[in-house]
Amino acid sequence: MASLSETVGVADPTEQDYLWTLNFGPQHPATHTTLRIVLKLDGERVVDAIPDIGYLHSGFEKIGEHLDYNQYVTVTDRMNYISPMANNVAWHHAVETLAGIEITPRCKYVRVIVAELARISDHLLSTGAMGLDVGAFTFFLYAFYMREKIYDIFETLCGARFTNSYTRVGGVMHDITPLVIEKIRSFLDEAPKTFGDMQRLVNRNRIFIDRMKGVGVLTQEEAVRYCATGPVARASGVTRDLRKDEPYLAYEDFDFDVCCARAGDCFARYYVRMAEMLESVSIVQQALENLPAGPIDVGPEDRMALPTKEQVYQTIEGTITHFELTMSNRGFEVPNDESYAAIESPNGELGFYLVGDGSDVAYRARCRPPSFIHFSVFPYLIRGHTLSDVVAVLGSLNIIAAELDR
Amino acid sequence: MIRPDVLDAMQDRFDGLQMSEFRGQSRVVVPRDGFLSLIHWLRDEQAFTCLADITCVDYQAYRDARNRFGLVYLLSNLDTNERLTVRVMLDEDDLVVPSLVPLWEGADWLEREVWDMFGVRFDGHPDLRRILLPEAFTAFPLRKDYPMQGRGERHNFPVINRDQA
Repeated sequence: MASLSETVGVADPTEQDYLWTLNFGPQHPATHTTLRIVLKLDGERVVDAIPDIGYLHSGFEKIGEHLDYNQYVTVTDRMNYISPMANNVAWHHAVETLAGIEITPRCKYVRVIVAELARISDHLLSTGAMGLDVGAFTFFLYAFYMREKIYDIFETLCGARFTNSYTRVGGVMHDITPLVIEKIRSFLDEAPKTFGDMQRLVNRNRIFIDRMKGVGVLTQEEAVRYCATGPVARASGVTRDLRKDEPYLAYEDFDFDVCCARAGDCFARYYVRMAEMLESVSIVQQALENLPAGPIDVGPEDRMALPTKEQVYQTIEGTITHFELTMSNRGFEVPNDESYAAIESPNGELGFYLVGDGSDVAYRARCRPPSFIHFSVFPYLIRGHTLSDVVAVLGSLNIIAAELDR
Repeated sequence: MIRPDVLDAMQDRFDGLQMSEFRGQSRVVVPRDGFLSLIHWLRDEQAFTCLADITCVDYQAYRDARNRFGLVYLLSNLDTNERLTVRVMLDEDDLVVPSLVPLWEGADWLEREVWDMFGVRFDGHPDLRRILLPEAFTAFPLRKDYPMQGRGERHNFPVINRDQA
């Protein structure tokens, strides 16, 4: 409270009667999604911000106790809907940790590829929309043009552009095809050039820098105390990246850097995201070059992944597995135990705490949503700044209300 | 999986701990009385400085469960990248645990969410209000005795029209 009082110069600034209350949201072009912030303003200056969330609460965790492990992947699409592939990967990573399934090397690589493409598309939209909010409209168009290409790749890969639901327990929906690989390669050739164009548009742009630098500063200790993860923490100098620190899938095989900054302001968060996209391009390139051959799903002997149609029609094991997995009173079994598994999603640590009760439906499916935790930092970051900085800070935290409220 | 010497030190120092391990994840169940001192010790002396998540599980319909609720605290050590799951078991008549907001500001919303969904109160929390559900909501929907379809609360929400707004 000390810094706040110094800023405004009274004992308890939130109690002053000249303060103006402004409802920011729930419908506002700059929130991009449905969330509400009650701002207490002293002229242009934000004295306090009280977030009011829950407008998009849809009981995803309750639904998780009623849908089986394969069905629930469609719900995870709708959490952070700007990078649904990352949520799919996170969900089935958690399920496979609980069930103790070791997926095939090819599947690991394919999941790395889609997760990194999701990271690029998430960062493109979050930085692009942040630029849009502070007035850099062209920047946003460049970003969204590249994002469309990723949509195209995902459409070729799994038929859906937006809500992909690509992963399955013990595998993925379809194996990756040469056509997809070709599309990804042409995207990778083009992407760094666009990232360069985007950076040249705003990195030395006086208006953009003035809106971003020194706004919403989160120091390293505060980032840890506020439980921040992902680009928000890394922009404050916390060198935590689960891909390096707890290598899951096949991340041990790749050579990449963890991008960090020290400043902890909006510009640092923007910069970390831009740098991470280049690292993701490099990871996808390495994964495509070393993509292992072999099956994509675990075999029918594990009775975990649905067999292909050829196996169902031509082998007795395939038929039995298909029957066992699709009948409502059967399905596969998971242990009576609980586990937590997280991935480094574009927004931060996205984990699922799963409690298994022997059936193929989770007893409890808790999602650790990075947006929820980052949004709780928002009132602290915005205090003392002006009203126009609200959108800059909001954009730099990349708050996705569907993930926030679940 | 965390270092055995940390586990041994923890076992020596605190009473009534139940350690277990599953899929390489170390878990410890701590009695509520020793909870706060264990968390302080883990954070300040063992460098578990990062609180990844706070959540709760309702074990009402769970096989062989002895307690109704289990609070789950996921801690991680940013230096050694170890993770530790700390659980506190609670029963229906006395759903109170000490709040961790004095240690981590990030615990604020996480504890509010647990209160909102399960009705577990956090002693010492500065602002324990509902967070996702409206203030007027009376039930705790993630409890197992709450039906998936709801109990009609939604239909009884007041509708505000243009004249009243």
